[in-house]
Amino acid sequence: MYTAELQKTARIASTEDPDKLAAFEARVAADEFIEPKDWMPEAYRRTLTRQISQHAHSEIVGMLPEGNWISRAPSLRRKAILLAKVQDEAGHGLYLYSAAETLGTSRQEMIEALHSGKAKYSTIFNYPTLTWADIGAIGWLVDGAAIMNQVPLQRTSYGPYARAMVRVCKEESFHQRQGYEIMMHLAAGTVEQKRMAQDALNRWWWPSLMMFGPPDENSPNTEQSMRWRIKRDTNDDLRQKFVDITKPQADAIGLNVPDPDLRWNEEKGGHDFGEVDWDEFYAVVKGEGPVAKERMKARRDAWEQNAWVREAADAYAQKQIRKREAA
Amino acid sequence: MSKDWPLWEVFVRSKGGLSHRHVGSVHAPDAEIAVRHARDTYTRRMEGVSLWVVPSAQIIASDPAEDGPMFEPAEDKIYRHPTFYNIPDGISHI
Ligand SMILES: [Fe+2]
Ligand SMILES: [Fe+2]
Ligand SMILES: [Fe+2]
Repeated sequence: MYTAELQKTARIASTEDPDKLAAFEARVAADEFIEPKDWMPEAYRRTLTRQISQHAHSEIVGMLPEGNWISRAPSLRRKAILLAKVQDEAGHGLYLYSAAETLGTSRQEMIEALHSGKAKYSTIFNYPTLTWADIGAIGWLVDGAAIMNQVPLQRTSYGPYARAMVRVCKEESFHQRQGYEIMMHLAAGTVEQKRMAQDALNRWWWPSLMMFGPPDENSPNTEQSMRWRIKRDTNDDLRQKFVDITKPQADAIGLNVPDPDLRWNEEKGGHDFGEVDWDEFYAVVKGEGPVAKERMKARRDAWEQNAWVREAADAYAQKQIRKREAA
Repeated sequence: MSKDWPLWEVFVRSKGGLSHRHVGSVHAPDAEIAVRHARDTYTRRMEGVSLWVVPSAQIIASDPAEDGPMFEPAEDKIYRHPTFYNIPDGISHI
């Protein structure tokens, strides 16, 4: 999902002190937390920097599809709620950038990597939000999938990341509930409203399943990341859990999950479900999502058009310093 | 009369994975001695696994007289809490 190995680094032979490495591995295996000043293998630092910054980028880019509907929310209540949610996502991005910075990469470098297209973010945000029901579907499914991924990360081995996840998880709960509430109301509304809710579910279901990342057999970094407790569950396990939890929620409001192969399997105690279109997933990862270009343009425009605010704040701070020196 | 040593605010991480929390302050002539004093003053009973000290003069606090305008705007935004939303019984994991 937000963090599912969207880029891979070549494995380089470790030239690190084997004693330090062994001590590190032992600490992590004992579920101890690693803090910024602790010794850590270069690959651990690199993997985490990539994962946390991708997660941060996803929160920030994730504001765009929803931001699209703030001015068109159907009531003042919905508008206030959506505004509060999008504001939270900005906060999540900030917590995560701060956590990533403790590993030695500057905010500036991360933002430049995003804007130049070098950095990845969750594929889900490269789909368009066509109707108001999409706001419901995003809260319910996209935030739902995010929660599923983020809850175990509260125990991830890197302290600043784990603590950021604790804050984030506390805030996510309302995101999912407001989304489900929107779907619930639409599904109980007019024929047209119900059709709108179903259409949103149809379009967001599969991209939501893709959020958990490629299938385990195509996820070569999973093993290392699990050993280092950077990741606590495999992509397929989380995807299964998501399907099992979400299907009854759809049933409860009379919506149909758009998967003809979806059925309860008594033997495994979980649902069987259809194959995700992985070609589509990889295409979106590569930047071929329906609105990928639009998203990045919106990011860059916001950055450039608001440059004057940063410059004015800098100029003011300089002026204060000069004033104090003169006094 | 000689002057007090500068004041340092002390933060203790009580165990791995938790954030440092403010516990109090110490006087010390420099950072190194501040850490030692903090250890002796605040962690004599295994209260922590890590210490931070920060010169008190470096802390910028919000103005107590401005508490209202600063924090009250959050008060009526009850929709930021999950309990604001009614999800019928029988629907779980949400
Ligand atoms: Fe978020
Ligand atoms: Fe998130
Ligand atoms: Fe969220």
